[in-house]
Amino acid sequence: LIGYLSVSLSLSLSLSLVFLELYSDRIMPVVSVSRNSLFKRLGKVYSEEEFYDLCFEFGIELDDVDPIEGVEDDVTYKIEIGANRYDLLCLEGLARALRIFIGAEKKLPNYVARAPQHPHTMVVKPSVLGVRGVVVCAVLRHITFTEESYKSFIDLQEKLHQNICRKRTLVSIGTHDLDSISGPFSYSALPPKEISFAPLNTTTVMDGESLMKHLDKDLHLRPFLPIIRDKPTYPVIYDSNGVVLSLPPIINGDHSKITLNTKNVFIEVTATDRTKALIVLDTMVTMFGEYTAVPFEVEQVAVVDEITGITTLTPDYTPRIVSTPLSYLDSAIGVKITKEKVQEYLRRMCLPSKLEDSPSGIVVNVEVPPTRSDVLHACDVMEDVAIGYGFNKILDISAPPRTLTVGSQQPINKLTDQLRNEIAQAGFTEVLTLSLCSTEENYDLIGKVDDGLAVRIANPKTLEYQVGRTSLYVGLLKTLQHNKQAAVPIKLFEISDVLLKSDAYDVGARNKRQLCAVYMNTDAGFEFIHGLLDRVMLLLEIPYTPHGAGGYTIKEASPDDKTFFPGRCAEVIVRGTKVGVIGTLHPLVVENFDLQFPVSALHLDVELLL
Amino acid sequence: RVADGVEDITQHHLEIVNKGLVESLDKEIIDNLKRRKLVVQSKIKLFKIEKGPKFSLNWRVKQEAELTRELILSGDWKTAEFRSFNFNSMGIPPHGGHLHPLLKVRKEFREIFLELGYEEMPTNNFVESSFWNFDSLFQPQSHPARDAHDTFFLSDPAETLVIPQDYLQRVKKMHEEGGKGSIGWRYKWQESEARKNILRTHTTAISSRMLYKLSQQAVFTPKKYFSIDRVYRNETLDQTHLAEFHQIEGLVADYDLTLAHLIGAIRQFFERYGIKNLKFKPAYNPYTEPSMEIFGYHNGLKKWVEIGNSGMFRPEMLLPMGLPPNVRVIAWGLSLERPTMIKYHISNIRDLLGHKVDITSIRNNPICRFDK
Repeated sequence: LIGYLSVSLSLSLSLSLVFLELYSDRIMPVVSVSRNSLFKRLGKVYSEEEFYDLCFEFGIELDDVDPIEGVEDDVTYKIEIGANRYDLLCLEGLARALRIFIGAEKKLPNYVARAPQHPHTMVVKPSVLGVRGVVVCAVLRHITFTEESYKSFIDLQEKLHQNICRKRTLVSIGTHDLDSISGPFSYSALPPKEISFAPLNTTTVMDGESLMKHLDKDLHLRPFLPIIRDKPTYPVIYDSNGVVLSLPPIINGDHSKITLNTKNVFIEVTATDRTKALIVLDTMVTMFGEYTAVPFEVEQVAVVDEITGITTLTPDYTPRIVSTPLSYLDSAIGVKITKEKVQEYLRRMCLPSKLEDSPSGIVVNVEVPPTRSDVLHACDVMEDVAIGYGFNKILDISAPPRTLTVGSQQPINKLTDQLRNEIAQAGFTEVLTLSLCSTEENYDLIGKVDDGLAVRIANPKTLEYQVGRTSLYVGLLKTLQHNKQAAVPIKLFEISDVLLKSDAYDVGARNKRQLCAVYMNTDAGFEFIHGLLDRVMLLLEIPYTPHGAGGYTIKEASPDDKTFFPGRCAEVIVRGTKVGVIGTLHPLVVENFDLQFPVSALHLDVELLL
Repeated sequence: RVADGVEDITQHHLEIVNKGLVESLDKEIIDNLKRRKLVVQSKIKLFKIEKGPKFSLNWRVKQEAELTRELILSGDWKTAEFRSFNFNSMGIPPHGGHLHPLLKVRKEFREIFLELGYEEMPTNNFVESSFWNFDSLFQPQSHPARDAHDTFFLSDPAETLVIPQDYLQRVKKMHEEGGKGSIGWRYKWQESEARKNILRTHTTAISSRMLYKLSQQAVFTPKKYFSIDRVYRNETLDQTHLAEFHQIEGLVADYDLTLAHLIGAIRQFFERYGIKNLKFKPAYNPYTEPSMEIFGYHNGLKKWVEIGNSGMFRPEMLLPMGLPPNVRVIAWGLSLERPTMIKYHISNIRDLLGHKVDITSIRNNPICRFDK
């Protein structure tokens, strides 16, 4: 016990430092499996470190190890998988993929979809159009559930609902005991009061409206009610005897509920997005196809569209072939992939393939199985070949690209860095503050009138993120506010971007590079800030020309500017254009930031000085 | 009669002490008298003073602390006495300004890119359209990252003004139907969704703009680009997360680039950062394939840590731009805050970025050296 605790602690410590994933999907699905069940299926026992390394090579990550309450010799492995791999979301799929990856299984599963002479039918009524128009179905015949597999069956539906189904808004799954219902089935949308059934796990029959009220108390289902609650009609699936199978996407009927004794499962997937509905259906049947009498064979259902009269058999396993020249795989990965090895690499990744000779070389034809909806293009095949080969083996022969280019900087950034150095040398300490603030901070607290130029955020989680700053004062003043322990005089500066609305830019807003410096002391010290301004101008070779127009000049500003103390504020003008302001901040502004010393400030537009 | 007479022994002892003959008494007796507080033992210190060689009645002779201007000009330094110097106290810290720690690290990363011949991209727009931030990168509109939960959407300006229309149509087609070897995402793509303005979630939006610009050139020229700038995530805040942070990104666009080149470019970059031992884990991003998470062995922490993310941009992203089909683009990125926090042993990001930073910590922050 101690042994595994210390290893997992070090693992989680290293993982607790896992920082913001910038490229990868931030919503990384996690699948929880019993370690012992997983290793049993793999036919091999791994140490935690060995298993972590296996996951690493495959492209998943052992995130956490949790003890199981009441069980001494087993733990739960929490494994993070890629958001596009719906076939790894449950123990069945994960173990199947890893088994094949490690070579414990040489044969790839043969997924077959077969329609009997008289398939079950699902009739789609016109009333569902515009409500939840898509439905696809399948039957798993002669299935045997155990407690573990039954729980996995329920959990997978939950996971899919959370991920690809986008919390049931796009797709939802209903599973039923086929022997308790009889086809043909119909999918329609009816006013809530006309629908009446006993929902799952109750015996009370209620209509759609009462059901909504009843389920409002159910913490698990309450978040989904808004999807249909206020609609005039609710989607509903009936069997030929008027039994309600389900009220998508909310809840199934109690009549057709699945138990451990269920032998034949009817799956209906309703959706607003057909592509996703099919992916979800494929996932459900391929994952649990391992428990049917004929493994991986699913019975098709005929979905009849009443409007068009067209019948489609779902699921449809017409093989999808992705063809790619072997030379593409070579040239994209950068290592020699031989025709002898390529099929092995693909097989490791559950992709069956055939080789074909062609005038331009060998072509690899991959038959994409229904478990791999993530394969969109030959590049997905290429990645799997590379994983099969081993990313870290490529390390040995890797070299940087030979692209010959010269480095260069953005002029505004170069000037900014030069100014930063000089201003620090002049005795000012640099700060880097947040670019988002509250509307009040951006305007009222610094004595400015709302000019409508601030970029506004629609969905801030806190008040602190209402607008993008339109000047740099707030960050500096808040820094002073949080550094009361520092001895005066305090001299701070920041050269950074503010955000402004502007119709002259394609998005309707722009950044502006600005400079702000503050001086806080027992005396306002205007002359020190002024000295900094003079120095900056000197460094930029802008002479002081109080009467001429070739350099900079300082002009007393209007006392109406409430940011500054009347009579202690001036505009900085360079060659006729106003580039900034300089002055002593108004005592009210100082008080707004809980400061007890006067502050003088300089605020310049750096872009105008470029 | 029991006794012949009374003899006051204590009085007798005290008389002996008074006579100065205390040594003749037993220790036990003295201790007893002390205990009874009848005698008090006190110390008398005696000093013997003699005149030394430097004896003087003149009070004015003092020891100098330092050489001064007067001493030099007057020549008195030759005869003056100098106090011995205490080298073990601290000096007076020099006055001056200081640069921000995060920006010191930024400068080092910028220099790495410039030394390697990378060109800086113009990243001065925090406001970005969903089109450039997501759609042009082939990230589908139903993707969870486009949720209001994770991304800052804007109420003003809510919609972007201009998107190049012919390019938009090609992007739409790729999402809806695929083409050029891809089956696409197969859903209904909405222009209104693409027009929604956000605060950019990654600087990859800028990379996309630059690649589009590159594709509009008459003749393709290979490029190496980089950027280091601010990005935004609307997420729950904690010790290591703020809503805004900085992203570092490097990318190379050239003919026939390979995964091996990507690994090589990443090694070349991180070697200058001081991490030579790397390993790569297959990962997933909507817009790169293959994708790899980069792990490095950190000598200071003595363990493997995730240091970045990378990939080759999908053809579905590059082909609608009009880039030649055998041009491949490889890219990698990491955050600026993470290496800074590791280097300077900072555990709370608010001690590094924002207004809660202690100014003293900025003053006391060492030079950023990647080689140490």
